[in-house]
Amino acid sequence: MSKKQIAPTLFDSAILGRASLDAVRKLDPRSLMRNPVIFTTEVVAALVTTIWLRDVLAGQAGSSFSGQIAAWLWFTVLFATFAEAVAEGRGKAQAASLRRTRSDAHAKRLLDPHNLGDLFEGVNALDLNVGDIVLVEAGDLIPSDGEIVEGVASVNEAAITGESAPVIREAGGDRSAVTGGTTVLSDWIKVRVTAAPGSTFIDRMIALVEGAERQKTPNELALSILLSGMTLIFLIAVVTLWGLAGYSGTVLSVVVLVALLVTLIPTTIGGLLSAIGIAGMDRLIRFNVIATSGRSVEAAGDVDTLLLDKTGTITFGNRMATEFLPVPGVEQKVLAQAALLASLSDETPEGRSIVALAKSDHGLIEPDFGAKQPVVIPFAAQTRISGIDIDARSIRKGAVDSILRFTNTPIERAPAEFRQAVDRVARTGGTPLAVAENGKLLGVIHLKDVIKPNIKERFAALRSMGIKTVMVTGDNPVTAAAIASEAGVDDFIAEATPEDKLAYIRREQTGGRLIAMCGDGTNDAPALAQADVGVAMQSGTQAAREAGNMVDLDSNPTKLIEIVEIGKQLLMTRGSLTTFSIANDVAKYFAILPALFVATYPQLGALNVMRLASPQSAILSAVIFNALIIIALIPLALRGVAYRRVGANALLRRNLLVYGLGGLVLPFIGIKAIDLVVAALHLA
Amino acid sequence: MSTIGWVQICLTLALVLLAAIPLGAYMAKVFGGGHTFVTPVLGPLERGFYRLAGVDPKREQGWLAYSLAMLAFSVVGFASLYAILRLQAFLPWNPQGFDGLSADLAFNTAISFVTNTNWQAYGGETTMSHFSQMAGLAVHNFLSAATGIALAVAVTRAFARTGSATLGNFWVDLTRATLYVLLPIAIIVALAFVALGVPQTLEGSVEATTLEGAKQVIALGPIASQEAIKQLGTNGGGFLNANSAHPFENPTAISNVLAIFSMLVVSTALPIAFGRMVGAQRQGYALLAAMAILLVAGVAIVYAAETSGNPLLTALGLDPAMGNMEGKEVRFGQAMTALFVAVTTGLSCGAVNAMHASLTPLGGFVPLLLIQLGEVLPGGVGSGLYGMIVFAILAVFVAGLMVGRTPEFLGKKIEAREMKLAMLAVLILPLVILGFSSIAVMLPVALASLANAGPHGLTEILYAYSSAAGNNGSAFAGLNANTPWFNTTLGISMALGRFAYVVPVLAIAGSIAAKKRVPVSAGTFPTDTPLFVGLLIGVILILGGLQFFPALALGPIVEHVLMLAGQTF
Repeated sequence: MSKKQIAPTLFDSAILGRASLDAVRKLDPRSLMRNPVIFTTEVVAALVTTIWLRDVLAGQAGSSFSGQIAAWLWFTVLFATFAEAVAEGRGKAQAASLRRTRSDAHAKRLLDPHNLGDLFEGVNALDLNVGDIVLVEAGDLIPSDGEIVEGVASVNEAAITGESAPVIREAGGDRSAVTGGTTVLSDWIKVRVTAAPGSTFIDRMIALVEGAERQKTPNELALSILLSGMTLIFLIAVVTLWGLAGYSGTVLSVVVLVALLVTLIPTTIGGLLSAIGIAGMDRLIRFNVIATSGRSVEAAGDVDTLLLDKTGTITFGNRMATEFLPVPGVEQKVLAQAALLASLSDETPEGRSIVALAKSDHGLIEPDFGAKQPVVIPFAAQTRISGIDIDARSIRKGAVDSILRFTNTPIERAPAEFRQAVDRVARTGGTPLAVAENGKLLGVIHLKDVIKPNIKERFAALRSMGIKTVMVTGDNPVTAAAIASEAGVDDFIAEATPEDKLAYIRREQTGGRLIAMCGDGTNDAPALAQADVGVAMQSGTQAAREAGNMVDLDSNPTKLIEIVEIGKQLLMTRGSLTTFSIANDVAKYFAILPALFVATYPQLGALNVMRLASPQSAILSAVIFNALIIIALIPLALRGVAYRRVGANALLRRNLLVYGLGGLVLPFIGIKAIDLVVAALHLA
Repeated sequence: MSTIGWVQICLTLALVLLAAIPLGAYMAKVFGGGHTFVTPVLGPLERGFYRLAGVDPKREQGWLAYSLAMLAFSVVGFASLYAILRLQAFLPWNPQGFDGLSADLAFNTAISFVTNTNWQAYGGETTMSHFSQMAGLAVHNFLSAATGIALAVAVTRAFARTGSATLGNFWVDLTRATLYVLLPIAIIVALAFVALGVPQTLEGSVEATTLEGAKQVIALGPIASQEAIKQLGTNGGGFLNANSAHPFENPTAISNVLAIFSMLVVSTALPIAFGRMVGAQRQGYALLAAMAILLVAGVAIVYAAETSGNPLLTALGLDPAMGNMEGKEVRFGQAMTALFVAVTTGLSCGAVNAMHASLTPLGGFVPLLLIQLGEVLPGGVGSGLYGMIVFAILAVFVAGLMVGRTPEFLGKKIEAREMKLAMLAVLILPLVILGFSSIAVMLPVALASLANAGPHGLTEILYAYSSAAGNNGSAFAGLNANTPWFNTTLGISMALGRFAYVVPVLAIAGSIAAKKRVPVSAGTFPTDTPLFVGLLIGVILILGGLQFFPALALGPIVEHVLMLAGQTF
């Protein structure tokens, strides 16, 4: 696949430059209010700055300490806004490239939309209304999203999908939707506009990647509440400490109380929370999937049932020949030879697969007919037979009953081995084809749905993650069961109608499960809308695309699995950094508490387990660590915590070890290291 | 520490567990509406009560109606108890002829008993008539405990149900908790106390002439019956001022074991009942394991700190072999005192068999911390369980995301609404404890009540507000709490600690009950594994304890390091 847009790297210098500016712009308290933890930090940073200014103006000693604390508090806020700006920056870069492809060109609006006449007027694409019909000819940009009402054309959709190979779009059926901004390469189509100006697919995509429509997702909201609650609790602890310390004979300055507060409140996760969310959406977009809301990305992580279409996801699209089963008295090579000859001019995928099998497994080569003129009998729907007449040889292949009729062999008179072979193939979910030469049965070709390589392992991994896979197919139950067991899916819906899918989804949802599915047809729309995560194919109809809450630009149904993983990764990153942030508090206490009271109770120095140089350097080091850890974790927040396809218990153990225990230990080392530097530079 | 001491501790705890398992199963049946072996006897009695009160036991309540019923019941209980205490001079069974209580003391005491705190700003034998003790205090010992159980049962049902708008009927749960659980066990325990020598009489005090010829007034009364429910309902309000250290409340080493056993047994059985009612027995044991590990750690610290004694006294030539025996009863010994100290504070019981103020600084640090952790180890009857569930919800929320799913506990998703309410609930303890303590240490009127200066004085105040807000009721001693300031603020602390905590918790239960249950799969965050128990302990310590750490550093912790440095207060 050739991608036109190359995803910006993690730290593109242009993005970093713009993000730095945005970070400063985001200091505006009105926008920062949305983030209570960082907002609190900003308020106390302003407070300490005021105190520092007062001290400087009054020429008081020790103002350098409060100045440094103030500076690092501002850095804490800046690092948090910077993280968000970097995350948004990548989306903005993408939006800019999308915007360039957006059409504001002229459209050819039909004057008589009811009769689809050929008279049109030139109008600006932005003036098109829903229901207008436009003519788009070769070389034209399609002016808006719409439905083809007449004509067929090849369309280059690279502007949306990055895929440069043209696709066919035609009126009627599941390939009738076109997207504004794409280009017609050949022929012409008449398109009924279905999107109002400013709300076309590209417009929505731009808005999404820019994060303009970003709202807190449900889980993000719940987490913000936890973080705000913790901020309040520590605010209570710090404010009351002033009184308790006063009783003990220590007058605590506002500056050190603020330092204690900011190091205790969860600034790390508070600062990175929105960046994590934006980065999650961004990962999907770079994966060529557009989610219409952050909510659906979160839901993807929770999905526990995947509805997968058999064709294209589990199996290759077509049946393939896998073996030749001759009747007694016929050598396998002879059957293979006959099948090869009969399929030489058969251009269907099945025919090609027979030729390929004969060549690869039986070492046959394509015969050179020389001067002889073979007569090709093409496949006909009535006879369901195709074949070749060459010299005296008349070879036919086709559906078993058709060949039997053709050879005038009632089924009971066919050789027992032939009947057994036919049975066996049908039972295992395959399709038997019979081959006959000059009225004599040669044997059976086994055509089967070939399961994609590694798909069984994928499903096993999904199962260990607790996700159930359900195969949806139009096949009969016998065939479906055979393929299901071979592919290792947990369940299947055979002879599935759109209503079956919808009913299945509803039933699973009543049991409390979350379902993801993908679909492209108009008749998939109700199920797509009902599913918790509905991924519509970009190649699908407008109705399907509107019913789903994600659109896959590559129209690749296998991606459902990765979408679930991206959702999980988003939630995991949030959880890991929250745990890390909270676990950090322990070390910060050991740094700051002895420093606060050492004047009154020198013996509390026993708690100074890190042996920090001085009370002031201890406080300053904790604040610096608190700020730097945000910047240090930005790459992790944007990239996401590594996801492994293992069960929840194993994941939990690993992440708890890394982020829980790591969160307890790391700040002890970090604060000590910073303290050494602070002391060496005589900063405090 | 000695091996025999640990054997005593472990045996007592094993005895509790042994009894709690069948009791938990029995309670699950009682509150599940099932038929038990006592139903033929108590069933008609129960139905009689409903008819009398006009309660339809089949009609269930949503969380709000349940809360309102509970609040209304508590308000009426408070008003009637307040009236009894104020008017006790005019009421019967007052052989010593005590006056009515002052307004602030009656306010404090009424709230104290209605909230299952049993903070006592008075000396029982010198303040309360037998009528006040029996018709006032003992009644609330039953009812406040039964209320706690009812609330825990309502929260349990939320997890057992799916798509339900109701949590049960408060009046039914209250009646069953009293009639099927507390009353029968209390009768047995009371008789056992009587057999062990605890007085049970309506006589007043007896006057005795001592060997020196001095006159001594020996207080008597219906002590055994009160003692039973005081322990069983984790109330802790003693008949006598010295509480379970007094030989009439707790005469022997055996009665001490019985006292510990009876205060632990219902709270230990509740998580087991929880596991059974929600259909996840392992979950109940996981919660219990987290409680037990922290509690035993607490016991170990107290035991170690007390047996290592006070270096200041050792320096003065005192034999350190016995450890620190100040404020302790010789008949209980170090091990069983340490167990009692940790259990009574881990439990929100508040009965004491030793004076906590006389513990070494570290020994005193433990009960204070156990209270501040939210009284969940294993906590008061009922309140311990629902407090633990709040912590489990927080643990699941913080760490549950790490498995890549939105957090869920027992198949119920934890979302913004639950989080909002849970934070509201956990905010109460720091707000009340630290807020009031911080104000008190700045007020001369409050500081006048202190018997000790320095960090020890700070600990006394901190302990008082922790004990009140945590609905524990034990006192650190050394603080004269019977002043208008302390009676009023401690009363408010008790009310907030109980009701401002439990109403959000019931609201959580209401929203949980309405949710669908997500089926368990390999991707589900496991909440019944040792890993989760460890996580839960971490969350209790970090989210429940960290905010108190600065205050504790200025109290018992600094006192400890100062003691090692040779300074005392």
